[in-house]
Amino acid sequence: MLLVPCPHCGPRNSADMSYQGEASSRPDPSSTTPSQWRDYLYMEHNPAGWLKENWYCSSGCRRFFTVERHTVTSEFREPPLPGSKTALPLSKTTETGADTDQQGGES
Amino acid sequence: MRKQVIKLSEKSVKLSPVFRRNRAPRYSAAALLWRGVRNDSWPRVWREPPLKKSYDAVVVGGGVHGLATAYYLAANHGITDVAVLDKAYLGSGGSGRNTAIVRSNYLTPEGVAFYDRSLDLYNTMSADLNLNVMFSERGHLTLAHTDSAVRTMRWRAEVNKLQNIDSSVIGPDEIKKIAPSLDTSPNTRYPILAALYHPPGGTIRHDAVVWAYARAADAYGVDMHQQTEVVDIVCEGGDGPDGKGPGAKVTGVRTSKGDISTPVVINCTAGWASLIAAMAGLKLPITTHPLQAAVTEPVKVFLPTVVVSGSLHVYVSQTDRGELVFGASVDPFATYDMRGTLDFTEELAGHVLELMPAVSQMRLLRQWAGLCDITPDYSPVMGFTPVEGFLCDVGWGTYGFKAGPVSGEQMAKCVADQATPDLISPFALSRFDDGVLVGEKGAAAVGH
Repeated sequence: MLLVPCPHCGPRNSADMSYQGEASSRPDPSSTTPSQWRDYLYMEHNPAGWLKENWYCSSGCRRFFTVERHTVTSEFREPPLPGSKTALPLSKTTETGADTDQQGGES
Repeated sequence: MRKQVIKLSEKSVKLSPVFRRNRAPRYSAAALLWRGVRNDSWPRVWREPPLKKSYDAVVVGGGVHGLATAYYLAANHGITDVAVLDKAYLGSGGSGRNTAIVRSNYLTPEGVAFYDRSLDLYNTMSADLNLNVMFSERGHLTLAHTDSAVRTMRWRAEVNKLQNIDSSVIGPDEIKKIAPSLDTSPNTRYPILAALYHPPGGTIRHDAVVWAYARAADAYGVDMHQQTEVVDIVCEGGDGPDGKGPGAKVTGVRTSKGDISTPVVINCTAGWASLIAAMAGLKLPITTHPLQAAVTEPVKVFLPTVVVSGSLHVYVSQTDRGELVFGASVDPFATYDMRGTLDFTEELAGHVLELMPAVSQMRLLRQWAGLCDITPDYSPVMGFTPVEGFLCDVGWGTYGFKAGPVSGEQMAKCVADQATPDLISPFALSRFDDGVLVGEKGAAAVGH
């Protein structure tokens, strides 16, 4: 069991969520080779460390969100904001809910 | 009586020359008595040789798959200059954590042929490798609680029968005769409507399988290095950084105990497969999920078969000691974390009581987790990769143990012949490029 930090509902049992896998950006269909599609569809980094991933809050707010999770220690942290290289500690998001609303709602 | 649908190379496994060596004395009742009478100590079962600078082939991962590959390389193909590396001890991963169930009633013809060969090898393993692996051919019941599950059972039974696998759909009355402790009444939350009955399925002692392969491989001169972690794979000529990636060629392995030069590296690391593949600059279609299992205190033997329920996410068998061994489905998110969880135990207990209300007073002894390398189509990734000399035998997910012997046999053949054997060609990594997936989810996801 994990306590998954939904940016809208707060920490929720992972059983309330639906795991969506590694976060990767969809390639542009007009310029993508078959092998790039294959990579996007099937290939995974599957690191033993920090992993940027998507969750769907299926029993709560029903929104998709992106977090970073350490796949060995099961810690969570916020993914870095666009343009910044460092990840945010998660405690910040639970204190300032308004802040997280803007970055959390990725579909 | 059984017909092999996909023709195998019938180079049979004859082991008699191996055990002439002194360091692998033959195990027998007479030897046990003799040593007991003389109060002799038993010699170490395998050597602990120093790491050599070079090997003909290096197998990463000392579980059933890795050891079987090394063994069949030596036994069937005469390639004995082989090292097996494991970062912990032999059988410390999935080989020692699975629920030890074997069966061959899969859904796709490719899967059925493959696992049936594995079952054949398990059947004769105790004699072949001269170590009692305690194979108990006790039958395997896969329960269906919904109309759609009954349909899938019928489908599987027909696929199996076409391949001459003993497999049939039976109703609640027959189920009750085979396993009287199951609640087959219609008054449960998920009534048992039917079951796929597979008499050749059963259980086997998984540690003994590891030891048997290790001992037999050692007798051929294969070096097994425990506590030896692979930290990097040395490649040249590839597209990626450090000459890695597609098009590269493997030249060696860096380990925590020194460097090895080798032209062939075989990745048999199950849950850690992606990390080893990344060292060669490759990505695999694999995510790592933990699978939890649990065992109860021992009681008298009352459960004669393996019982599996896909709808209730549970499979259960009773060991010779009398403990009930339970397994479930993988945790629904990718992680390398092997901690047991309370919600697993609670869910498991609920489902087991649904099936067998009589065990409500039994206590769990312990629970554990193992890492499973899950692929999108629930079939493995075997054979060559875009990196020359880097082979994979991974993606086994929750069903790697029952495939161990045949995987080792076929991977060894793959290395020795430098060509993909027919039996594993459906499972090549390139199937994801070609879009020819082998969908086994219906038979592999929970049913063990």
